[in-house]
Amino acid sequence: MNLRVIPKLDIKGPNLVKGIHFEGLRVLGKPEYFARHYAENGADELVYMDAVASLYERNSLLHIVEKTAAEIHIPLTVGGGLRGLDDIREMLRAGADKVSINTAAIKRPELIREAARRFGSSTIVVSVEAYRTPSGGYEAYTDYGRQGTGIDAVEWAVRAVELGAGELLVTSIEREGTGLGFDLELTRRIADLVPVPVIAAGGAGTPAHVLQVVQDGHADAVCLASLLHYHCVTLGDFHDGDFQGEGNTLFLSDRGRGFSKIQGTPLADLKRLLSKSGVPCRV
Amino acid sequence: MGEAQPVVVIIDYGLGNLFSIQQACLQAGVRAEVSSSPRALELADGVILPGMGAFGDAMAALRQLDLVAPLRDFVDSGRQFLGICLGMQLVMSESYEFGLHRGLGYIEGPVVRFEGNRPDGRPLKVPLIGWEAVTCPPGRRTWQDTLLEGVAEGEHFYFVHSYYPKPIEASVVLSWSQYGPVGFCSAIEHQDITALQYHPERSGSAGARVYRNLARKLTLQNSIRARSHGL
Repeated sequence: MNLRVIPKLDIKGPNLVKGIHFEGLRVLGKPEYFARHYAENGADELVYMDAVASLYERNSLLHIVEKTAAEIHIPLTVGGGLRGLDDIREMLRAGADKVSINTAAIKRPELIREAARRFGSSTIVVSVEAYRTPSGGYEAYTDYGRQGTGIDAVEWAVRAVELGAGELLVTSIEREGTGLGFDLELTRRIADLVPVPVIAAGGAGTPAHVLQVVQDGHADAVCLASLLHYHCVTLGDFHDGDFQGEGNTLFLSDRGRGFSKIQGTPLADLKRLLSKSGVPCRV
Repeated sequence: MGEAQPVVVIIDYGLGNLFSIQQACLQAGVRAEVSSSPRALELADGVILPGMGAFGDAMAALRQLDLVAPLRDFVDSGRQFLGICLGMQLVMSESYEFGLHRGLGYIEGPVVRFEGNRPDGRPLKVPLIGWEAVTCPPGRRTWQDTLLEGVAEGEHFYFVHSYYPKPIEASVVLSWSQYGPVGFCSAIEHQDITALQYHPERSGSAGARVYRNLARKLTLQNSIRARSHGL
């Protein structure tokens, strides 16, 4: 029962980016370089998330997926803007092992059933992006955390599994990119209700946060971005210097200083630490 | 003749990610053709039966494509057969996934669902998704001359499944794995049939070794066949 540690790479055009609450995207480098580094350092899977998810940039993502899948032999999940069965098929053909869907599934929940039937339940990850409501509940959001739906996120998570989701990627939009720690309650509420694995995302700033979301949040896997990326950018250049398209590259020039809430951590160190603390990992 | 690159046919019956399997074959020096035609099996040096999804649907698809008898002929001809994930479970005689379904029946025994609790009392999450250790089962001394040759004892492979096979004959168990309280058969070998519950094409360098072993076996098989045909 090894915990899966899954680096998440948010992609905009040809670049790896990272924001806070999914906003204010900074360019960190080339996704391929990060992907290779993580695969060589014990990543159990990778998630690519299209941060813009416009049709216009879809071909760029397909190309990155193709290159990655041919080079890196660990499972790859791709999400962001997949609208229907044809989009999913195209991504799987490009080499993705799984796809993650949110917006299209909320608009038409039957898509989950159809996709699970066509491609296998374990190929379909439903991404639940949630905001805490003033009344202590959670609301599901779509469009990379931009659009409220009025739907109860916990109820939606249960429904998504009934429709055939093989696992859930549960993100707290409030915590996303902040380094303040996961939303343990959100993770635990969903993890305790569904029979399938729950991947927790959003908020990890230290290795202790990761431990917490497994022990107290009952997460079956963790999806990490800043915590790992902010270590990577201190290692050297993960880019070729040519940044196509717009994007705030200021972050790169000061090597991530000024984000004190996030303690950039090497993946292998994190996994060793988790194992020592009683959460078995593949080290 | 024996110098020619071996050819495997990856059976395309509409289920499973064939891209990564094809890539892994190519990187091991095996030409891999994706096909759903019974005719393609006749010419193949090896067959890979992949698969994701439900057992009953998969058997229905194989029947629909008229592949059941050609697969049986292929297996009886003594060429390499590799089943992966659902493709492993299909070689068993029956499965209890959504009712009772007959399998291809190369190996006696049922396919059953994971059930049980974690050490902390919460129920096991199903499917099992993740990397688990693969060990030599009790009673088997080595993986020499199998597709796992050179794989370290306890090496981790990537698993995605809700059901697992329970072969009646212990001697066919090639590897053993553990999910919470459940110990299960994670690989089978019987004559020229190998079946893996895990995905070697998604299991990094250990998985790449499995495909290189397959390439070696195919090359050896072809040179023996060439000799016996007096070529």
